[in-house]
Amino acid sequence: MVHELAIAESIVEAIGERCAGSRVVRVRLSVGRLSGVVPDAIRFCFDLAAAGTPVDGATLDIEEPDGWARCRSCGDEYRVDDLILLCPCGSADVEVLRGESLTIRSVEVT
Amino acid sequence: MCGTCGCSAPTTITLEQRVLEKNDLLAARNRAWLAGRHIFAVNVMSSPGSGKTTLLERTVRAMVGLGPVSVIEGDQETALDSWRLRAAGCRTLQINTGAGCHLDATMMAEGLRELDPPEGSVLFVENVGNLVCPALFDLGESARAVVVSVTEGADKPLKYPHMFRGADLLLLNKVDLLPYLDVDVAAFERAAAAVRPGLVPLAVSATRGDGLEDWYAWLRARQDRRDPQRLAR
Repeated sequence: MVHELAIAESIVEAIGERCAGSRVVRVRLSVGRLSGVVPDAIRFCFDLAAAGTPVDGATLDIEEPDGWARCRSCGDEYRVDDLILLCPCGSADVEVLRGESLTIRSVEVT
Repeated sequence: MCGTCGCSAPTTITLEQRVLEKNDLLAARNRAWLAGRHIFAVNVMSSPGSGKTTLLERTVRAMVGLGPVSVIEGDQETALDSWRLRAAGCRTLQINTGAGCHLDATMMAEGLRELDPPEGSVLFVENVGNLVCPALFDLGESARAVVVSVTEGADKPLKYPHMFRGADLLLLNKVDLLPYLDVDVAAFERAAAAVRPGLVPLAVSATRGDGLEDWYAWLRARQDRRDPQRLAR
């Protein structure tokens, strides 16, 4: 789970650049179910990455949008929980529509 | 402070910023730098011990019409792989990530600046041995080659789909060991295709040389596509 530490550091750094001079009390993240990032690992690493920065002590809210895919063979759109994207019709020719993103949605500052 | 009345209630600031935006911007810059110099850069990824360094040693020694070859070598510690590749006859730059489990676009940019690979050359980036983290970090490479050895089992693509889904080329290494193993190569091919349709593994042995002509042919074809002048030369 070590890449979550690098991800948490990126989050803290990006917020620091956008919210210089403020104290950040809440961070809202969107971690897609297909993003390859584990929310619990982010929570664990976030406090470490935030220590000593203006984000120190902020509450972390994580939403986990579902993955959605579209089958290029049958045209069906369906929910996927992992990246093994077999369509119920049997085709593996599938494109991911949603669920891969990893986004800082908003922050609350005082 | 609240922007309306100056009270101390928290104010919400909407960011909607991709977490890896900075990495991806730097990667785009690396990609443009490489394209401007017609350098074909291959990000070589695998779990530890799959044979990346042996494959690259052999590729460097084969001198198969690729022009100058250099390697950016990523490991947590030591310059052992860098020494091996230098002994094989190419320029190398070692990046030690310490606690880090992958290379990122910043390290790649520093590596490019320091190594300064020549125009029209091939650059291999041997990533830190790890099937998880390197998949998420774009370096600005021209292509991704994933190496997996037969001893790792046929289910690896299913267990690490991010890595295999991003692969432009898949090398199934150590096929010289197949007579001693109970491994179903067809099952491995099915697993790869399930994660990335059309991804057909090249069966190779980096120690014995099996299948390496196909790997060299892939490198030459991709390199030519990058630099149309090479086709004319």
